[in-house]
Amino acid sequence: MRVTTAAAGVGTLTALALLVAGCSSSPDSAAPGGDAAGACEPSGGAVELTFTTWIPGIEEVVDVWNAANPDIQVTVQTGPNGNGGTYQNFFNQLRAGNAPDLGQIEYDALPNFRVQDGLTDLGACEEVMAAQDLFVDWTWDQVSFGEEGHAYAVPQDAGPMALFYRQDLFEANGIPVPTTWAEYAAAAEQVRAAGGYITNFSQSDVNQFAGLVWQAGGTWFANDGEEWSVDLAGPESTQVAEYWQDLVDRDLVSSVPPWTSEWDNAYNTGAAWTWVSAVWGANSIASGAPDTAGAWAVAPMPQWEAGDAVAGNWGGSSTAVFRGTEHPYEAAKFALWLNTSDEALTLLNQGANLYPATTAGADLPALADGVEFYGGQAIYDVFAEASTQVPAGFTWGPTMTQVYADVSDGFKGAVSGRGTLLEALEAAQESTVSTLRSQSIPVAG
Amino acid sequence: MSAATRTRPAPASTRTAGGVRESPLSRAAAMLVMGVFTLYFLVPIWWLLVSATKDRGQFTSTNPLWFADMNLVENVSALLRYDGGIFVRWMGNSVAYTAGGAFLATLLAAMCGYALAKYRFLGREAVFNVVLGGVLVPATALALPLFLIFSQVNLTNTFWAVFLPSLVSPFGVYLTRIFAAASVPDELLEAARLDGSSEVRTFFTVSVRLMFPALVTVFLFQFVAIWNNFFLPLIMLRDEAVFPVTLGLYSWNTQVNQIPELRGYVLVGALLSIVPLIVTFLLLQRFWRNGLGAGAVK
Repeated sequence: MRVTTAAAGVGTLTALALLVAGCSSSPDSAAPGGDAAGACEPSGGAVELTFTTWIPGIEEVVDVWNAANPDIQVTVQTGPNGNGGTYQNFFNQLRAGNAPDLGQIEYDALPNFRVQDGLTDLGACEEVMAAQDLFVDWTWDQVSFGEEGHAYAVPQDAGPMALFYRQDLFEANGIPVPTTWAEYAAAAEQVRAAGGYITNFSQSDVNQFAGLVWQAGGTWFANDGEEWSVDLAGPESTQVAEYWQDLVDRDLVSSVPPWTSEWDNAYNTGAAWTWVSAVWGANSIASGAPDTAGAWAVAPMPQWEAGDAVAGNWGGSSTAVFRGTEHPYEAAKFALWLNTSDEALTLLNQGANLYPATTAGADLPALADGVEFYGGQAIYDVFAEASTQVPAGFTWGPTMTQVYADVSDGFKGAVSGRGTLLEALEAAQESTVSTLRSQSIPVAG
Repeated sequence: MSAATRTRPAPASTRTAGGVRESPLSRAAAMLVMGVFTLYFLVPIWWLLVSATKDRGQFTSTNPLWFADMNLVENVSALLRYDGGIFVRWMGNSVAYTAGGAFLATLLAAMCGYALAKYRFLGREAVFNVVLGGVLVPATALALPLFLIFSQVNLTNTFWAVFLPSLVSPFGVYLTRIFAAASVPDELLEAARLDGSSEVRTFFTVSVRLMFPALVTVFLFQFVAIWNNFFLPLIMLRDEAVFPVTLGLYSWNTQVNQIPELRGYVLVGALLSIVPLIVTFLLLQRFWRNGLGAGAVK
């Protein structure tokens, strides 16, 4: 599941709450790394677990588990999505000592929970460590933070990226489907000449941009076990920023903000022709642009070097076991079943459109069929391929909400002619370092 | 804003006594300002009403301020059926939180304000000043401390977690105290006492009636405050079955990107969720106005 832009109203409210909370207590351990894995023994007897998630229809999936496991009964709790308030609730609950046993956390929010010491290290749970090979490498990398023998959550779903495009319009105008970013820019000129925009530049949802940087092989953060380093404006980010700056400057991409009805309408009326997006985007187009059914197709993401095969990732979440649970073994067992068993993955895919993080998940029968909206193309084959092509090693930071807000502020300015995308990243680099410092999180540079 | 200030006779007397007629120009300017504000407040509701009647395709593709095909009935019935009728449950919860909370809050505020106005006791002004201080603290700032307190007694994620905090209305105490001081004559209480009525009986049979307009005001304010309360439920509740409608709609709204059909449900749900507020206002407005008049004649 992906991060959505946090609702501004709640943002200010939670900021206020944070302020209040800040007076009463502060996180005990600011630096991650090196904590010993706790014990992971069966509790014996009947166990009741609580699981907080905002996946729609999750109750049905959990019912299947409860029916088969009378000794481990799971109760679902729900709420708005993570940035919409549930993460803040998790932190409040951790502070009050009544956090649920399990919770859904997106990959980009995991470091924040890790830094605030909110997660149980599942490294001691043999079943979990044995399951490592079931998951696509990079998803495991996201939950282990690259540390051998540790796992701070179980990967749930992934958002491998590809290129959605209007097959009919590309064909009618004789434009070849771009396979490299250079071809994509050339196609953008032709699309503009034909009266459309090849896509919009996502000024307000920075996650898409992060996915593009991810594809280019960059990373925004790193942690060597001692301190964090921030690299928002590294060479790869610079490359991606300059590429899109050029398209913005030449008016080859529109500035319609994503997830608005205006944006839906651009796709629905054929004003926008492509979208570089994640697997869950298939649903967004299908419902936002119902009049264009059958006219879309999916191709692999354009590459920086011709002949390469690298994909980015946008979104995805994990199932974490919170610190303070009395039943880490049972919680881990449930998390594994939820995210690796065929029956759970199939239900999650049908009910909530989740794309599994396991290698075997890509072969689910539910993902094999052609999709009518995409002219019958078996689009999930493209994403299955893409999922294995996402580079490992992209690391999120502990203050992503602030990073997204700062980058997006800069991007909005750049799109309306104030500054450039690169300058926005450089400014966010500085503000991120100072935010980390102000939270007493050790940071280099 | 408050009934108490409006019931002062001063504005009425200046109007009858003052011979200055406003010039047509300034009257037109006043009308213009009011017209602009009316538009400002009504256009979003109009937009909501219009949007709620459209199906998903037309929502993005047609004029946002005018009707396309009428789909209101289909939209409403789809909303009521979605996810096992959870929306109906949320509305029910909201009504329970709101009606019960507003009624009890009004009663408590009335007793408190009346006692502060009519009885002399040590520390009266101190108590009143503390209550006044409570008016200044936004409810939002109290949500997290409340959560931590309720966590200690294991009451989070229950009906009571939202219900109990809504029973307190510092503003209500303030208003009822002012109103009780102005509209309940000491002579009347004296007479009741001489006739052998107990203090509690006097309060319910005599004073409450005299304070009724203020109580309606307090009830309305509290009703709106609880109905629109969002942050406290957001922090307290995890179980969908006890969500009020505000939190439920918000939760849906955060998932619109993932499940786009929710956008329509959020719109129709928002429209339905303001209906009880409108109904309550229309029903209670009458008492309110009566009260204003009664105060003016006295």
